[in-house]
Amino acid sequence: MSTELLNEFTFFVLAVFVGIEVISKVPTILHTPLMSGTNAIHGIILVGAIFIAAGASSPLSIALGLVAVILATTNVVGGFVVTDRMLEMFKGRQAPRNP
Amino acid sequence: MSVVFVLAYLLAAVLFILGLKQLSSPRGARNGNFTAAAGMVIAIGATIPQLHFTVAGIAIIAIGVVIGGIVGAVGARMVKMTAIPQMVALFNGVGGGAAALVAVSELLHFGRNPAFAEAFPSVFSIIIGSISFAGSMVAFAKLQELMTGTPITYPGQQLVNAVLAAAILGFAIAVLAVASVPFSFVSLMVLALVLGVAFVLPIGGADMPVVISLLNAFTGLAVAATGFTLNNFALIVAGTLVGASGSLLTKLMSDAMGRSLTNTLFGAFGQVKAGAASAAGAQGRQVRAGTPEDLATLLAYSRRVIIVPGYGLAVAQAQHAVRELAELLEKRGVEVTYAIHPVAGRMPGHMNVLLAEANVPYEQLKEMDEINDEFKDADVALVVGANDVVNPAARSSPGSPIYGMPILNADQAKNIVFMKRSMRPGFAGIDNELLYDPKTIMFFGDAKDSLTKLVSAVKAA
Repeated sequence: MSTELLNEFTFFVLAVFVGIEVISKVPTILHTPLMSGTNAIHGIILVGAIFIAAGASSPLSIALGLVAVILATTNVVGGFVVTDRMLEMFKGRQAPRNP
Repeated sequence: MSVVFVLAYLLAAVLFILGLKQLSSPRGARNGNFTAAAGMVIAIGATIPQLHFTVAGIAIIAIGVVIGGIVGAVGARMVKMTAIPQMVALFNGVGGGAAALVAVSELLHFGRNPAFAEAFPSVFSIIIGSISFAGSMVAFAKLQELMTGTPITYPGQQLVNAVLAAAILGFAIAVLAVASVPFSFVSLMVLALVLGVAFVLPIGGADMPVVISLLNAFTGLAVAATGFTLNNFALIVAGTLVGASGSLLTKLMSDAMGRSLTNTLFGAFGQVKAGAASAAGAQGRQVRAGTPEDLATLLAYSRRVIIVPGYGLAVAQAQHAVRELAELLEKRGVEVTYAIHPVAGRMPGHMNVLLAEANVPYEQLKEMDEINDEFKDADVALVVGANDVVNPAARSSPGSPIYGMPILNADQAKNIVFMKRSMRPGFAGIDNELLYDPKTIMFFGDAKDSLTKLVSAVKAA
């Protein structure tokens, strides 16, 4: 195993624990917004889509890159906006006393 | 990669973690979404300077971002609050599709004999990303009612799925061990898409939130795998965070419905008969129906009324009408509260969002554990467009598909008023004994029309 792969694997394992730990106390009323928020975060695949699109030159790579960028951007933008719309509803009123 | 970019990715990862943390508490949830979005902007901003662009590359990225941005923003802005769950499914699916396409592109780029450490995550990403894409589209179609929400089962279904899975495994091995040629990995993608459809078909519409959450975690993992292929730290960390938190969230949602995850995902097999039998048993029984005036009198002269809102209320857009009724009753000195079942609406937390939209005061919304003991002191439990969440079968009949699901104790109230469109069973497709209870009065019709009639009747009472 190369050092780079080993490093990546370390990040992966640590991120698993952080991911579980960080949301373990979420109240039921926030399940839907939280799911939607994490949905937006995996829109980071846009970074991957930009990677493959950047150097595109053949018709096939151009087509793949274009579709990947469209799909990934839809994921990011739609994900954050729809989450914000949900959470907007909680604005300006008292937070539930028993979260 | 220079130090600056590594640090920028690290900052993005920290913002994602903080964002998730804030998203899981009511106070900071909205800020959490902004925090995560800031992380996203930083991650993308740090990526651009690292790359060498061709002219075509710049063009397709610009065009793609504009199209995707418009579709995403307009879709998310225009969607009705009631249709949010299927919108989330759609956004999740396209993310999975993007991950699969990036992996395909990388395999094309690697040539016939890629290093295992790079090919393996690509293959994984193609399989999981495609399943997530196709599965999310089926979930969308079910929730949007483009297709039936009831589980679709056929003989030999499990065998078909097993064969599909085996074929996928075969092509995966072919790509990794024999030769990475387009025929193999495109076949892999097509088979994974078919499996995604086959996986979601037998799951009922009511369980779609759990499925979407699971597919959300899948997309996260596909993204993390793509990160291994591209040696990109931001993708690995963000994808894994979503994969891990999404898996836990899936379990929490399943628990809120009182079911095990396996039961939710594979429960349809062999359950069809039981449902049909109980529906048949309900034929020809009498229910008591009331006029708006009867009900207005009952409500206006009660001391305590508990409203149990369900999806029917959301569909009829009756949030405002129900608030008007509640305010009217309060002016007459009736104590009104709302009992919110964890899965009221179509997703956990969905009903809170809908009622908040109609300016129902937060203090009146009570969660199940908080209010369940108060039903026995209530004069009226007003059930508006809900059904399964007050079905006593969940407590009493072990054969029922919803057996074990925690329910609201509406049956303990002195009177129960059911506002329903018809005697049709709820989303779980099973009959509700409570409808035939002597204490129950039915009021048939669209929730909004019924509530409007009730409001004018209460004004007159």
